[in-house]
Amino acid sequence: MTYLKNIGAYFLMIAEMFRKPTKWGVMKQLVLKDIDDLIIGSLGIVSFIAFFVGGVVTIQTALNIDSPLIPKYLVGFATRQSVILEFAPTFISIIMAGKVGSFITSSIGTMRVTEQIDALEVMGINALNYLVFPKFIALLLYPFVISIAMFLGILGGMAACVYGGYSSLADYITGIQTDFETFHITYAFIKTFIFAIVLATIPSYYGFYMKGGALEVGKASTTSFVWTSVVIILLNYLLTDMMLG
Amino acid sequence: MIEVENLHKSFGDAHILKGITTTFDKGKTNLIIGQSGSGKTVFLKCLLGLFSYESGSISYDGDVFSNLNDDEKRNLRARIGMVFQGSALFDSMTIAENVMFPLKMFTKQSKSEMEDRVNFVLKRVNLPDAHNKMPSEASGGMQKRVAIARAIVNNPKYLFCDEPNSGLDPKTAIVIDNLIQEITDEYQITTVINSHDMNSVMEIGEKIVFLKNGLKEWEGSKDTIFKTDNASVTDFVYSSNLFKKVRKMYLDENS
Repeated sequence: MTYLKNIGAYFLMIAEMFRKPTKWGVMKQLVLKDIDDLIIGSLGIVSFIAFFVGGVVTIQTALNIDSPLIPKYLVGFATRQSVILEFAPTFISIIMAGKVGSFITSSIGTMRVTEQIDALEVMGINALNYLVFPKFIALLLYPFVISIAMFLGILGGMAACVYGGYSSLADYITGIQTDFETFHITYAFIKTFIFAIVLATIPSYYGFYMKGGALEVGKASTTSFVWTSVVIILLNYLLTDMMLG
Repeated sequence: MIEVENLHKSFGDAHILKGITTTFDKGKTNLIIGQSGSGKTVFLKCLLGLFSYESGSISYDGDVFSNLNDDEKRNLRARIGMVFQGSALFDSMTIAENVMFPLKMFTKQSKSEMEDRVNFVLKRVNLPDAHNKMPSEASGGMQKRVAIARAIVNNPKYLFCDEPNSGLDPKTAIVIDNLIQEITDEYQITTVINSHDMNSVMEIGEKIVFLKNGLKEWEGSKDTIFKTDNASVTDFVYSSNLFKKVRKMYLDENS
């Protein structure tokens, strides 16, 4: 019953977020600040993880297909498919659920605890529009982060492959060009776009409706990470089945 | 003037406000007092429209809040200033940005006009040089003064304060009390203060409403509270030996 209530409240929150818009001059500043906090601020960790995990995917693939009957370019092919289809959109989104999601929940939750949200509401400001909508808009740039993760993942794979001696640069490049389907990119970006909405709204929900003090802010951040991850994994399954199955 | 008529509010089975009727006068500092759990905060949040209520009415200068449409409610809220117990300053903004916030949201003033107004109100609350500090760098008393500045910057008609003296030393508490009273007189605001502080009651209580168990037990002023023989009020207000002695001396002098 609590789950159903939470799901209902979550969708009502999303509807409310679009009502009574904040003045554009103020909203513009909020969106730019959230782009800086949520998108630009995530580029470092996303780039680091993408580059090295791309390298690990390549090494694991190379070690598992170490047979003279299997062409070496398959290392590049497998890396590209892994990075574009799953690693960049899904794995990075789980990491973002921890980084960005916790940030959103704790910052909004702290505003709730310290009555800053009450202060907005007393002034007649739609606090959901003021706090959540800019994050929603900022995270529409999330596919940009994922495209960088895709590029760096493949680049990391190439570095590991060439410098680790698993195959030649030419083989790797041949591999990443083999049987390339543009729909896979479309599929990855559709997933990314939907995950962006999840990343903006579920952590906001847990922050906005939390009750209690500092301890509860911590608990809300943890709960938000768990549920954001669960929803991303479930949606990943459903979207993959619908679009590729 | 704010008029409250037979206000009832419950949370589940708990009946918190049991039919409060009172008025808060324009240009006066109106205090709501009572023990913890008496319903003061719930009452204040109902007045602010943060809580809905089951029955009764609240009217602001004749406009019944529940009859207003969304736009009218928003316009009314733009005329309300609120000082929260913990100040509730936006911690991502500087003090000047906090004070400017209502102007940015509700007026079409130019940046220089807003800056002039911010300078004026910060000077008014005796913080002429605090513009660029972050709230976390300000003391409790400074934060309260910034909260007052933010509350009055847009010339509100109604000012609400939730325990404005909590956590402050007695000297700073008196400064805050006097500031609120001066601002109330100067701008003829209807000020409603939720307070536990008996110094405030004696200092600025031009009208006092005493709540007990969700009911209005007594109402009067700082002058009549000395003379009242309402046992609940005297038990609460004169609970300390010091206040008992003060009251006795007052009554002896005036008998």
